[in-house]
Amino acid sequence: MAENPMVEDRTAEGPVAETGTAAEQLPRVFTGTHDNLDGADGHTPWPDDVPAGQDDTWYPLRDDPWKARRMEYIIAAFWGITAVCGIGLMIVYWTGGQAQYEGALLLLAFASLGTGLVLWARYLLPGHDITASRGHHVSDPEERAAIVESLSRGTEAILSRRGFLVKKVLVPVGGIFGIAALWPLASLGTRPGDALYHTKWYPGARLVTEDGNALHVDDVMVDGLLTVFPEGYIDDASSGAVVLNIGGAPIQARRGQADFEVVSGANGIVAFSKICTHAGCAVSLFNVLTMQLICPCHQSTFNILQDCSPVFGPASRPLPQLPLLVDAEGYLIARSDFIEPVGPGFWNRSGD
Amino acid sequence: MSTMAERSAARKRAKLEQQALDWADDRLGSSKWLRSALDKIFPDHWSFMVGEIAMYCFVILLATGIYLALFYNASSAVVVYHGPYKALDGQSMTEAYASVINISFSVRAGLVMRQAHHWAALIFMAAITFHMGRIFFTGAFRRPREINWIIGVTLLLVSMLEGFSGYSLPDDLLSGSGLRVVFSIIQSIPLIGPWLAFNLWGGAFPGSGAFFERLFLIHEFLFPLLLAGLLGGHLAILWHQKHTDFAGPGKTEHNIVGSRLWPQYTIKSTALLTFVAAVIFGLGGLVQINPIWVFGPYEAARSSAGTQPDWYVGWLDGAMRLWPHWEFRSFGHEIANPFFPGILLPGIVFTFIYAWPWLDKRLYADYGEHNLLDRPRDKPLRTALGVAALFFFVDLTLASATDVIGNGLQISFERLIEILQYGSFIGPIVGGLVAYRVCILLQGGKVHPIQRPVGGIITRDARGAYHTLGADHGGNGHGGNGHGGNGHDGNGHDGNGHDGNGHDGHGEDEPLERVAVGHGDPGGGNGASAALGGDGLGSPGTFGTGTLGEATSGGGGDPAPAE
Repeated sequence: MAENPMVEDRTAEGPVAETGTAAEQLPRVFTGTHDNLDGADGHTPWPDDVPAGQDDTWYPLRDDPWKARRMEYIIAAFWGITAVCGIGLMIVYWTGGQAQYEGALLLLAFASLGTGLVLWARYLLPGHDITASRGHHVSDPEERAAIVESLSRGTEAILSRRGFLVKKVLVPVGGIFGIAALWPLASLGTRPGDALYHTKWYPGARLVTEDGNALHVDDVMVDGLLTVFPEGYIDDASSGAVVLNIGGAPIQARRGQADFEVVSGANGIVAFSKICTHAGCAVSLFNVLTMQLICPCHQSTFNILQDCSPVFGPASRPLPQLPLLVDAEGYLIARSDFIEPVGPGFWNRSGD
Repeated sequence: MSTMAERSAARKRAKLEQQALDWADDRLGSSKWLRSALDKIFPDHWSFMVGEIAMYCFVILLATGIYLALFYNASSAVVVYHGPYKALDGQSMTEAYASVINISFSVRAGLVMRQAHHWAALIFMAAITFHMGRIFFTGAFRRPREINWIIGVTLLLVSMLEGFSGYSLPDDLLSGSGLRVVFSIIQSIPLIGPWLAFNLWGGAFPGSGAFFERLFLIHEFLFPLLLAGLLGGHLAILWHQKHTDFAGPGKTEHNIVGSRLWPQYTIKSTALLTFVAAVIFGLGGLVQINPIWVFGPYEAARSSAGTQPDWYVGWLDGAMRLWPHWEFRSFGHEIANPFFPGILLPGIVFTFIYAWPWLDKRLYADYGEHNLLDRPRDKPLRTALGVAALFFFVDLTLASATDVIGNGLQISFERLIEILQYGSFIGPIVGGLVAYRVCILLQGGKVHPIQRPVGGIITRDARGAYHTLGADHGGNGHGGNGHGGNGHDGNGHDGNGHDGNGHDGHGEDEPLERVAVGHGDPGGGNGASAALGGDGLGSPGTFGTGTLGEATSGGGGDPAPAE
């Protein structure tokens, strides 16, 4: 019983009745007064977090030194694995590093370290299943009243007597100064201006592929799909366009755009912006059977033969068509920039 | 048991500890706080570890992130790659992309660190989401924990942005497409959209040379600082209010049962850190993730099929795919399509999540304090709403992979998108109704510890202490149970004070309790537990008043029938 003095003490004292002496005999249990029940949260707490009257020294293997010693060896073995893995990691690292070995060794090292810790905590360390009071997490009513007094002492002085300073001076001054502080934000970037309305296409710009090769009118295979840029602006983010040879297939162009197509012999060549009108991804999938362009990001689908109008998915506007011409040497050129903004929508898209 | 040498060493150590603590106390007055800190109790339940897992993911993210930051080059200057990865040899790319290729192939342990960082981010988000679900379904957000709910949701939001900004840093084809979509979403905001997007990117997409520096600054400084601060607040509030716990024998609204911070909880929690590290570094070394060398560098005119973001952004990407092709144009102005799924939907979702603690108060007309958790089945409506939200979330997340799933299932992506469009309405309704029904069924089942008849199994352990297992009595609803009971005799002190009348709610029917007490000193229990008897939370805001050795209070719970 010596292992558990608190229990023994209590037994020796005999039954503890619900009197004040109980508190005196077990000071860690209860030191508050019984009538302090109208506290902020209505119950009488223990004085602090310290659990009372519980055996803090007990752990599962306390009374079995042999098992405890065996557990120590098991834990030591697990931590030994961690050390071995550490040596292994040094060797792997020294010899140039190898991701799989590193991962496996780290996994093993950390897992054995943790296993040892868990066994240690579970079998050899006291402090399980302790009960304690939650105590108060709120202040006493007196303190609550006092803080209001302290606060209003200040606000009274500021607002009642010098109210005009705050309302008529400080607020406007802060406003002006605050707006001044916002000015440097303008350095963050260029203003949109007309950037969203135009691309790098210009009248007479040759259509060049990513490799810089100008596209001859006879180079475009029927049912093939090529990505082109205006000459001099390869990889420009807003100018990418797709060029297709639809052969003699009838294309239903938008009003006034019928002559955007180049017809040369059996070739019917059209070019559309490659920037999706939904969220700006590159519309890079081509279903040659249905003559549809599909955006891989959100599956907006555009029907090439119907002026590249959206037929499925979240896009709501057709891909803008690039007006094409053939120059004297037979190369495809742009007649002008796109006649409307390319890519996703924005607040002022239809105006300037 | 202990030898002379051991005892003398212990005395010596105690003296040293005293000196060190005195030194600190002389300067900081730290002893009082430190003592209550070391003795602090944390309840044990597996679901309480999930928030900790998130915290330890954050620790590992910081550690691996610092290593990666040593080698990452936030530059959009174009270079030609010559290095050990031959498939990209001679290709031009930004320095940002080249530096990540370099980390993956040339920096020792670079690939492990990079992949561990990515895995840690995915698990971080999963742990946060799971943790939030646990808080929601058990009602742990109720008074007094509303502030921590707000901080927690903000942590979720910032972590999402942090994850996305990190995912975008390598400037590969996949993440570049993601940035393009986000630019479009921001550009779609009415009135200020284009201006905002241009200011963030430093110009028209793909932005000025400063863009990756900005993104890097945000990712490795601004957001981590914010996360660390929010996490600190989250933990400080948790520390002050103490952790919630499930109802159970011996547990009341006013006590807390569990392990002490020192040494139990510290060692166990450290073990959790090492297990989290084991999983993350194991995945980091053995399971490939985000192989940017396969995707290639970003080019605006390219994007490939199977373009998916990381899972926690999937629901937004899915919303972008499922949202109908609406755009509103009038008076020369336009609200572009990406605004609705990209800004409006997450705005509504997060507003709803932020407001939930107050909606819940109204729903249940319950404005009182709660330290004991609800079981999901006891609040069927809340549970049903939560399950409905999960179905909605899963539906949208599935939608972010329509092309991949469509390929796998051999159905066209058009049909799949239509199915998921309907699913986003039908799924939550069906899921919610089923969840509601399951809650009701579970409530009627016999596996409800709170409604178990008084009594139970009495066991005698090796030390001679008696335990009553499952001896629970009455007190239904929020936490009106437990008091007295046996809980705190787990560690051998006998007698455990429920002798008296401390436990409320069932004045007459307590015969079996007597049996358990009988072996010990009838009066001498550690009255403390009896003191915490009453806790009728029947009326909002007021607490029962169980006091030492007095059978008072008793509000709230109905006594369960004795059998």
